[in-house]
Amino acid sequence: MSKTPEVAVSAPLKVETPFHRFVSDFADNKVALFALFVLVIIIFIAIFASVISPTDPYDLSKVSIFDSKLAPGSKSMDGVTFWLGTDTSGRDLLSSIFYGLRISLGVGVMSGVIALCVGSTIGLIAAYYGGYVDTLIMRIVDIQLSFPAILVALILISVLGKGVDKIIIALVLVQWAYYARTVRGTALVERNKEYIEAASCLALSNNRIVFRHLLPNCLPPLIVVATVQTAHAISLEATLSFLGVGLPITEPSLGLLIANGFDVMLSGLYWVSFYPGIALLITIVSINLVGDQLRDVLNPRLQK
Amino acid sequence: MSVFIIRRLLQSVIVVAVMSLIVFVGVNIVGDPVDMLINPEADQAEIARVIHDLGLDLPIHEQYLYFIKNAFKGDLGKSFIFGEPALKLIVQRIPATFELAFSALLMAVFIGVPLGVIAGMRPKAISSRAIMTGSILGFSLPTFWVGLMMIMIFAVILGWLPSTGRGDTVSVLGIEVSFLTVDGLRHMLMPAFNLALLKISLVIRLARAGTREAMHQDYVKFARAKGLSETRVIMVHVLKNIMIPVVTVLGLEFGSLIAFSVVTESVFAWPGMGKLLIDALHNLDRPIIVAYLMIIVLVFVIINLLVDILYSVLDPRVRLKDAGQ
Repeated sequence: MSKTPEVAVSAPLKVETPFHRFVSDFADNKVALFALFVLVIIIFIAIFASVISPTDPYDLSKVSIFDSKLAPGSKSMDGVTFWLGTDTSGRDLLSSIFYGLRISLGVGVMSGVIALCVGSTIGLIAAYYGGYVDTLIMRIVDIQLSFPAILVALILISVLGKGVDKIIIALVLVQWAYYARTVRGTALVERNKEYIEAASCLALSNNRIVFRHLLPNCLPPLIVVATVQTAHAISLEATLSFLGVGLPITEPSLGLLIANGFDVMLSGLYWVSFYPGIALLITIVSINLVGDQLRDVLNPRLQK
Repeated sequence: MSVFIIRRLLQSVIVVAVMSLIVFVGVNIVGDPVDMLINPEADQAEIARVIHDLGLDLPIHEQYLYFIKNAFKGDLGKSFIFGEPALKLIVQRIPATFELAFSALLMAVFIGVPLGVIAGMRPKAISSRAIMTGSILGFSLPTFWVGLMMIMIFAVILGWLPSTGRGDTVSVLGIEVSFLTVDGLRHMLMPAFNLALLKISLVIRLARAGTREAMHQDYVKFARAKGLSETRVIMVHVLKNIMIPVVTVLGLEFGSLIAFSVVTESVFAWPGMGKLLIDALHNLDRPIIVAYLMIIVLVFVIINLLVDILYSVLDPRVRLKDAGQ
């Protein structure tokens, strides 16, 4: 007799919210879960680089030239252990990598967020207004996407010059087209659904329909594109910085650290460019793995 | 058909024109080459003379018109550093870049297709999983870093392969090529593989998807029913069908190989046009930058145009759709 109310209470609790389903679907793939865990650690390191780094690699009073070119695991004059060795100026490589992660991730995420905003707004405009506007925007997108990202970036860099802001602008201009295309494709499908029609019948403003009704429903594919594009942006920034046409030396990202190591690699100091590369690789692989799983979870066609 | 081609041609011309404007105006705002090129001890008259010789004293729109006029004559200005015509310097470097890109393309086919077919035949086998993991790594690894690691392992530690340069070249029809000498091949192996890595991963995926699809097709069942050996079924029937998308995609990707060779050439000091561009960017050698960008844009526009026309020949739906707009 006393069981009935219990059932009545617990039954509604068992109803899955879409968010719960999303979390449990995501956790199905253990590799992706591990990648997410690694990614969280990397983001943590990037944010708290100045707190957790063993030394400050850019504090000239702390860096000693006598500690230069030490192999991984050696001790400094002051008894500090350099777990990953030091570079040619005596900077602790582990600390440099922590600081480099901050710059690489910062530039990648910042450009990704701006490109997301710019690209999806343009994509929404194309889808919502259609006609001449749509044709013009999508022609530009098509033409840009027919050139590889590195080429577009090189053209922009040679036009804009060096600097953090310039690199971010270049990365945004490289990426916006992907977002625009994705949003337009999804929005074209969503536009013809009933809830948009209902919203139009309520005489809501165009802005409100586009941003409050259309955009939230275009989010799933956007999230997937955003993860993949951020990994891309980080990799592209590293490549440009390695080539010496990316970030200035005052902003030592992972790509610049690798470039510095390149100069001494031929004399056997492998660690100076090896470990920053590993850090870059782990970052990109974990973002890609998380993105892959997001794609599987958020794709309605794959859901049972 | 001709309407389609004319329309595409027009679009290509517009792209080239817009690009020339962006590139020229943009590049001319960057830095001040006067500071870099003129001896700091030169007097005012000397500086004025050099500025005049380089045409830097003209208003920017006149510099552009002058540039366009000369571009049609095949003259894209003289390199500030080498003192030679920019176009000539780049054209000299084209064979090295194309040679590298072609070898990478061949590697992508001859390494990617077999691995992809193996992975597609038995998707659950450990070997297939290993191949697919390798392909994910190939997509994620930063090309330049892989190049560095290859140099470290094969050139510094093992000492098997040379790390930089093109090696001995032979002249064929007036073009210097490396692939006909043993030394040249040794020099080419690492950079070509480095450049090919991304495309190998791509081809593996394409070939795997194609094979998985083909294995369930009626013609494969029929071929087996005829009693053909598994080798023949795979090598002749399956392979023929999966090669169509592979070749199409690789044709499209050739341009991207040329663009990405900028990275590989810088790592391996391969004397191609990409390395020339990076050096020019460091030296603010504007005529070289402008000429490189114009040539690469031209190459891309031509590749895209050819692919589109080829598509419309192969698939009438494309041109009908375009004509109906």
